[in-house]
Amino acid sequence: MFVAWRELNFARGRFALLASVVAMLMVLVGFLSGLAAGLASQNVSSVLGFKADQIVFAKPADGQKLSLSESAVTREQFDTWVSASGVDAVRPLSVQQSKMSSPDASTTVALMSSTRGKGTPVPSDDSSVSVSQTAADELGVAVGDRVTISGSDFKVAAITDDAWFSHTPAVWLSRDGWLKVDRSGEFANVFLVNGSADWEAVNTSASTQSASTLGSLSAIGSFTSEAGSLGMMVALLFAISALVLSAFFTVWTMQRSADIAVLKALGSSTRALLIDSLGQALVVLTAGIGVGLALVLGFGALAGQVLPFVISPFTTLLPALVMGVLGLAGVAFALKSITKANPLSALGGNR
Amino acid sequence: MIHLDHVTVTFPDGDSRITAVNDVSLRGEPGTVTGIIGPSGSGKSSLLAVASTLVSPDSGHVWIDDVDAAQLTAKEAAVLRRERLGIVFQQSNLLPALSSFDQLRVMNHLGGRASRRETNKVNAKAAELLAAVGLAGQEHKRPHQLSGGQRQRVNIARALMNDPRVLIVDEPTSALDQQRGAEIIDLILRLSQDMNTATLLVTHDLVHLPRMDAVVEMVDGRLSTARSTALVTV
Repeated sequence: MFVAWRELNFARGRFALLASVVAMLMVLVGFLSGLAAGLASQNVSSVLGFKADQIVFAKPADGQKLSLSESAVTREQFDTWVSASGVDAVRPLSVQQSKMSSPDASTTVALMSSTRGKGTPVPSDDSSVSVSQTAADELGVAVGDRVTISGSDFKVAAITDDAWFSHTPAVWLSRDGWLKVDRSGEFANVFLVNGSADWEAVNTSASTQSASTLGSLSAIGSFTSEAGSLGMMVALLFAISALVLSAFFTVWTMQRSADIAVLKALGSSTRALLIDSLGQALVVLTAGIGVGLALVLGFGALAGQVLPFVISPFTTLLPALVMGVLGLAGVAFALKSITKANPLSALGGNR
Repeated sequence: MIHLDHVTVTFPDGDSRITAVNDVSLRGEPGTVTGIIGPSGSGKSSLLAVASTLVSPDSGHVWIDDVDAAQLTAKEAAVLRRERLGIVFQQSNLLPALSSFDQLRVMNHLGGRASRRETNKVNAKAAELLAAVGLAGQEHKRPHQLSGGQRQRVNIARALMNDPRVLIVDEPTSALDQQRGAEIIDLILRLSQDMNTATLLVTHDLVHLPRMDAVVEMVDGRLSTARSTALVTV
């Protein structure tokens, strides 16, 4: 790093410019990651909270994908799953979006009905609802207040931690309470199953199709499209970072190829030159990513008050690590000219 | 000591090969300066390239003391260069980001990270050499802040930084006026003697030849006996 540090100091304007570009890319990646995680949370946090080993859907028609909102499972299928060997618990789950009103306000919520269990905070009677915190805040209601859903009156029995489904806050009803607001007559949308059965065999016998909780997320249309587009943007930014760094260091290395030839002629090992250059790139990357990360944390904390934004190691440290690794890979690609530099060119009047 | 023993060097030239150095033998003893002259294209640069281990000969031996550089791999040759050879380039070839002081100190980092224990010793040596070439007080100047003659002095000091056994000097006065050129030659003659290096010096400037310990002339890749002097095995 002897030459690398001195070059960083000598050409600090150029390196500062590059570090700024890296910082800006890190800000973009960090913001997109935080936003993607926030939006994902608003889409599927209730589903992730079910703690089910399998989520069972009605078998879709040929060529159709699983869809939580369009799936409709029957009482007979429920009985088949309940009686299957290795199945410990089966909870029917019904979901629909509806308007809920208090005397002061109204908001759209995700109505959910099931039997009580992990992640399904169903109230004990059919005239009560459990309301997640955001919905309670929007409606200005507290425990004991009254709300109206589809013309039926319910008492707020509990305010639960925030849980979301398809960007709407979750509100829980009992199975009997569900019948007051649902006119479809369907038994349930899906089953939440716990146990360790031969899933394939039970699915065949019940004419259903099941998936793990994570695998079921693709059955929520808005999640798939959001995660896909935001993920693609993040991936493109990673690629752009690697390309920008590679392009800069390609030009930089070409500019100093004569110096590299001189150092080789003086007896420098190629390994020492490569370590020097990679170390130089690492300093620029660390500085750029560090500044970018600080901005993401700072602005992210502010953005979190008005946007679905998640600050976690997954949305900060992981993207930073990926950007660092990809950046170094791009730089490593650019450094091949170091191995090719011919020390013989240092002799004579070549410079 | 450097001893080129029946060295032949060829380079590709289209479909054939051109012989740049043809069965040349040459010996340089410690504390002496051997001048190498010859017209353009006579093979002087190729001779220097093979003497400085930057090119492997097609045949023959390049003895640097007891090591035959012709038998070394590129990696081993690099180690030999940084430990036993000093090269004074035609252009000063200084690194633009480094101060005069660091141009010398970098020689201690060519193999990778240098030991901290040696830092003080290296710093003292660099300061001593800069003073020896008349650049005391110019340690912190970068190349663009120095004159051509000063840059060439740093170039010479850098070549001597690792106490080389052999000093290869490639037309050191080509970019300098007569007076500064003479000063540089004076410096090389004095330092070669002081540091007991076997010096091979290529020059076009015939005015300096009488002061050399020996002179050889290259013509068409061979050593010509016409103007060569004693101490040289032709």
